[in-house]
Amino acid sequence: MKKKILIVDDDMDYLFQMRTKVEQMGFETITAESQAEAEKVIQEIKPDLCILDLMMESDDSGFILSYKIKRKYPDVPVIIATAVTAETGMTFDVHADESTQWINADLFLDKGIRFDQLQREIKKLLKL
Amino acid sequence: MATFKILIIDDEPGIREGTKRILQNFKVDYPFMDEQIDFQVLEAGTGKEGIEIIDRELPEILLLDNKLPDIQGIEVLEYVKNKHYDIIVVMITSYASLELAVKATRDGAYDFIPKPFTPQEIRASVENITKQIFLKRMTQTLNKTGKQIRFQFLSVLSHELKAPLNAIDGYLKMIKERQFGNHIDAYDEMLDRSMERIKGMRQLILDLLDLTKIETGKPTQKLENVEIRKIIQMSVDTIRPYAIQKDVDLYINSRENIEMKADAGEIEIIMNNLISNAVKYNKTGGRVDIFLEKKDGKIKITVSDTGIGLKNEDKEKIFDDFVRIKSTQTREVTGSGLGLSIVKKIVDMYQGSIEVQSEPERGTTFIITLTEPDA
Repeated sequence: MKKKILIVDDDMDYLFQMRTKVEQMGFETITAESQAEAEKVIQEIKPDLCILDLMMESDDSGFILSYKIKRKYPDVPVIIATAVTAETGMTFDVHADESTQWINADLFLDKGIRFDQLQREIKKLLKL
Repeated sequence: MATFKILIIDDEPGIREGTKRILQNFKVDYPFMDEQIDFQVLEAGTGKEGIEIIDRELPEILLLDNKLPDIQGIEVLEYVKNKHYDIIVVMITSYASLELAVKATRDGAYDFIPKPFTPQEIRASVENITKQIFLKRMTQTLNKTGKQIRFQFLSVLSHELKAPLNAIDGYLKMIKERQFGNHIDAYDEMLDRSMERIKGMRQLILDLLDLTKIETGKPTQKLENVEIRKIIQMSVDTIRPYAIQKDVDLYINSRENIEMKADAGEIEIIMNNLISNAVKYNKTGGRVDIFLEKKDGKIKITVSDTGIGLKNEDKEKIFDDFVRIKSTQTREVTGSGLGLSIVKKIVDMYQGSIEVQSEPERGTTFIITLTEPDA
């Protein structure tokens, strides 16, 4: 069975491109264009992994979504893909204690990441 | 050139001397910094001596050995913490027990350097700290001068400029790699989307130019007697092709020609934004009605559409920079999120007001009133 990956991003072009690439990696994809839509999706479906944009309806939508996904499915790995770091100098580190407690994501990736790197990270998180 | 003071407290003269030599000609620069920073190294052989120097010289950085002949390094750290000194402390220690490390971290130690250390380790740590201090000071100054807002604006702006570039870049790569075969038809939608994103980016740049004109303020404002109806007509003519494409009808419902002392360019920006929004967020077959009247010396312009409307909670937000209301109905509509914030800024310049009435699925009406300057 193909693994299901939930991709959430409010930029429809980025979402399309990400979906195409992830499907080429051999996964099944489910997409949502907002935090609200993604919340509905996870009521129905348990994905095997999630890739979330950070800034959607609000600046921290990705964090909130990550929190809700982890509460419902503690074993589902969550990647937050963001362009925030490079632009604002804000840095987050999922491995720092105080961050992990509330951010809850397994991995932060820069949006400009190369797809082969992304594939490696996904495989690592899915233990493939 | 700025100079940071670094105090090293260590009972071994060799370590003090070595550190001094390592940092003597060391300079730190950073893309954001206008100047380089160099270092003046102060030294103390005991904890008590160190505290005296701290009180007197207030160094920026403290390199602190834990094992000292009199009081422990950790006590010096506590002293700095209790005095609320703004000093970044690095513990230099040969055998840091976990307990010590935990306590030191809790008391605010920023970094640990194990002993014996290499010159590279000391320099790397000092460089990091220097950048940290610099950024902190920059943030403080920005906060003081209100430039923080500007900084945020710029970071959101860079996001808004980069997003379309990334999208186009992504599509171009997919096309270049022939991801959907060799036939060009397979890429039609990607090309359309790329062009749409370019359009959005162009609009953003135009809006930014408008915004710059407003923000640099009065000097460029050219006040003259302006026939408002003519400007509305001009805007309508500009937007008409787009309206035809979207099957939206435009009506100017006032015959009367109203004059006002104003900057024609600014009134045009207002009208272009309001009317193009009214078309953009309209439904196929919808209409836009524009009314103009003069009452009690005030000019009132109303732009009313039969479009998708706004939720109550969104009405307040729409005048902020870069705010775009996202819904399934707006997903394919490009916009900079600056238009209404620009309109609001201009309206404010005319001691005016702007009011929104809206009902989801029924339409939105913007009512602006303007007062003649010096009237």
